[in-house]
Amino acid sequence: MNDLKNLKTEEYFLSMGPQHPSTHGVLRLILKLDGEIVTGATPDIGYLHRGLEKIAENRAYIQIIPFTDRLDYLSSMSGNLAFVLTVEKLAGIAPPPRAEYIRVIMAELNRLASHLIWLGTFSLDLGAVTPFLYCFREREKILDLFEMITGSRLTYNYMRIGGVAADLSAQFIKDAAAFIQDFKFRVAEYEALLTQNPIFLARTKNVGIIKADKAIAYGLTGPMLRASGISRDNRRDFPYAIYDKLSFDIPAGTVGDCWDRYAVRVREMRESAKIVEQALSGLPEGNFKTKVPLSLKPPAGESYAPVESPRGEIGFYLVSNGTAKPYRLKIRTPSFCNLSIISHVIKGWKVADVVAILGTFDVVLGEIDR
Amino acid sequence: MDLAQDVFRYVEKMPGGNLILTTTDSLFNWAKANSLWYLLFGLKCCAIEMMAAGASRYDLDRLGLMFRASPRQTDLMIVAGTVTAKMAPRIRTLWEQMAEPRYVIAMGSCAITGGAFFYDSYAAIKGVDEVIPVDVYIPGCPPRPEALIEGILKLQEKIKKESLTKR
Amino acid sequence: MTEEKKISREELLATGENIKAQYNFLVFITAVDYPERNVIGMVYHLRSLGNRDTLIIKIDLPREKPEIASVAGIWPAAEWHEREVFDLFGVNFLGHPDLRRILLPPDWEGSPLRKDYTKPGVIKRPETIK
Repeated sequence: MNDLKNLKTEEYFLSMGPQHPSTHGVLRLILKLDGEIVTGATPDIGYLHRGLEKIAENRAYIQIIPFTDRLDYLSSMSGNLAFVLTVEKLAGIAPPPRAEYIRVIMAELNRLASHLIWLGTFSLDLGAVTPFLYCFREREKILDLFEMITGSRLTYNYMRIGGVAADLSAQFIKDAAAFIQDFKFRVAEYEALLTQNPIFLARTKNVGIIKADKAIAYGLTGPMLRASGISRDNRRDFPYAIYDKLSFDIPAGTVGDCWDRYAVRVREMRESAKIVEQALSGLPEGNFKTKVPLSLKPPAGESYAPVESPRGEIGFYLVSNGTAKPYRLKIRTPSFCNLSIISHVIKGWKVADVVAILGTFDVVLGEIDR
Repeated sequence: MDLAQDVFRYVEKMPGGNLILTTTDSLFNWAKANSLWYLLFGLKCCAIEMMAAGASRYDLDRLGLMFRASPRQTDLMIVAGTVTAKMAPRIRTLWEQMAEPRYVIAMGSCAITGGAFFYDSYAAIKGVDEVIPVDVYIPGCPPRPEALIEGILKLQEKIKKESLTKR
Repeated sequence: MTEEKKISREELLATGENIKAQYNFLVFITAVDYPERNVIGMVYHLRSLGNRDTLIIKIDLPREKPEIASVAGIWPAAEWHEREVFDLFGVNFLGHPDLRRILLPPDWEGSPLRKDYTKPGVIKRPETIK
């Protein structure tokens, strides 16, 4: 026993990623380890950097919408929505009320699909395989709904400047309402598997705590910020579309550990289901798109319209010089800002906990690297 | 595909005995084609469709495909997403770590030509075949899981035509 | 309420210290390249989480030698945003704790988001919408 105490160990570096099952894409973490304890971490990103901001400078506004799909590919609708809102704000275009409702329905269904993928992969990271299969079962149903209207499963290219690309069909409204009814019971099913599961609790309770002041200082948004006890949500703080007409709660955590981030997202799923229900029942008749010229030339100036994506605040900072192409398009993505805190959070935890902590960050590398 | 029928296409029963004859080629090819373990490695949107193909509704397991996290244990690499200048050398390394016989599927427009990022992108590589050899191309942005399954069936056909002596 | 402020680069740190109690949330930092004015314009987008006010600070930097003090000490979130601007625009942040390329490989040459950046092999998309 004494020999073990005197045993000299060396610090060494472990490169986790860019190909690693738990980094959710091509993130690379260079971990400095003392035995199994992480003493330092350097994230290395950019393995998916395609230069979207440069591409956007050579595209007409309508041609940029498909690229916003490929930012946060788990919730393409939020990317679409943030971009069209920004252009509409600058050009002074008001979409018809029906389009506003449709946008909210689609964005919230997409939030459900995104949170389901997160829940499935996160539980898979922790060794629970069943929730993964359950979550994908429900997600496929949401994708079927999207496919009915937009024709695609993942990259929708659905929002348009001044409305949406296609109207909702009666079949969609019926199926979506039925899905939401069913979904409420499904959330309970996931919770039965995880929420009070002792293994799950041991892996997440008090693991990877982010204090509220740190969360603000590092610019965290979305469920990451709310789990630390700060109730900030762009849907309520800077209401867009019809969110100010809907009633929904904004769940917040208290401790800011992995479990809180889990609980906030699961409760958000219930809230999103509530929002879809309200929007479906209030859906007005009318046009789904206003006429906007194909080659739209917004006035010179700049605009920024924050949108609450499943991961946090996504926003496009648009600088226009009055031509048909943006002069500069900066994309503020939630995952990029959320990830910047990672090296501070995982310090002192074991490698296995890094997987759990990173899982609750819910990063999408497409929008980190752009 | 009915596995038992597949076997009987290759083996001949000797009358009156329990001896079966086949060529090593068809035996190995049959085994190789029906246990393609793929590398758990996703780049972008297509990786989500790849996950969906492995999950509840599409269930790749029934084709003998299982994901492995280590390239040393895999036969198949599905390149699902845009290959960038920073990632290309890593893909090459991963491919080199895989043991022969190894196969590559380029899934989606980005992996085939650069797709939406063909024009104006300073960082995207115009197709993964600039980095590693590709066996099957699956178009789509992203391809549906059904398309991925079709691509895998095509790859299985290709494997079954291979020969151990000539490769 | 959105407020916009144009200041000189020497004033940045003092201004930041003054307003950091109110504008405690850094939304993003970015830059815009204006070759005809020979300027790189820095944009700091700040928000007050208390009353949701927005403050946009703009600073013009000379294009040849863009240098500015780092605000990573005031808003830690700035660390990655400044690395990104350094990577894509070549703006040098003085006093930054870890100024390296963040998105592009370390051996990359040039600042791609500058308007005059060119790279062999990049094909320009033909115009389809006039």
